[in-house]
Amino acid sequence: MKLWKINNMKCAVIVFPGSNCDHDAYYVAKKHLGIEVDFVWHKNSDLNNYDCIIIPGGFSYGDYLRAGAVARFSNIMSGIKSASEKGKAIIGICNGFQILVESGLLPGALITNNSTNFISKEIQLKVSNNNSLFTNKYTEQEIIRMPIAHKQGNYFADTELLNELKDNNQIAFQYKDNPNGSCLNIAGIFNKQKNILGMMPHPERAAEHILGSQDGIKIFESILSNI
Amino acid sequence: MKAKIYINYKDGILDPEGVTISKALDTIGIKGIDGLAVGKCIEMDLDCNTRDQAVKVITESCDKLLANPNTEVYSYEIMEDK
Repeated sequence: MKLWKINNMKCAVIVFPGSNCDHDAYYVAKKHLGIEVDFVWHKNSDLNNYDCIIIPGGFSYGDYLRAGAVARFSNIMSGIKSASEKGKAIIGICNGFQILVESGLLPGALITNNSTNFISKEIQLKVSNNNSLFTNKYTEQEIIRMPIAHKQGNYFADTELLNELKDNNQIAFQYKDNPNGSCLNIAGIFNKQKNILGMMPHPERAAEHILGSQDGIKIFESILSNI
Repeated sequence: MKAKIYINYKDGILDPEGVTISKALDTIGIKGIDGLAVGKCIEMDLDCNTRDQAVKVITESCDKLLANPNTEVYSYEIMEDK
């Protein structure tokens, strides 16, 4: 609780029907960072009290139609858009990334893995840009480990958009060994303003030694140190 | 009035399900297939009085939710009540 008192930071974990990594995200923010955290049900739309918003992983609305396609019309999305305009930190993990892409808050699309399989395993990532709200605790090009668990994580963008992402330093993380067919090995991207991060790997599942890796905790620590 | 809406990947987007099914058909000895694409077909019952109104409902549904313009294209057919 000491950190919370110093930072006075408040974090929201958004809960959709079908979210299943919400408790993991809550646990990491509360227990490891000591900040105040609330679950916020997707039917609410007011996020004014929060400095940081986590859109967790899961299978919102059963992934019907396309992963994230239905969730983007929830009430909460107006609150997320408005928080984004105010420059607040927003992180979408796995299904959260899919929702951010479907809603247009992040560019591109996430399509079915090129193997057509659901892939659940630990992977290695390269920190492609450590100059951001979310990645400043890493060193540039640092190789980190965390798990992935998805079927629609194959990041797609046309050449023009890929060039734009490169030119604006919007690529946050890249797979060392591409597991799903993503363009440019992309595992995570920022918006242009770099206050939104979307990533397929799960940093909240890599926050304790007992889980095999602590490499994910630095994302949350980076956010904390900036707010 | 009813409509059938077809949603497919754009040309150039990998269709991994299509590739897998195509290989499976080849494996079981069915020859003569030179490409296969997997998409979605959505059947819609429409409460519209005119075809123009139906087209408006269908295109708005596709543009706003049913198809992802980054990766997919859609087409549709409308079956008017007899």
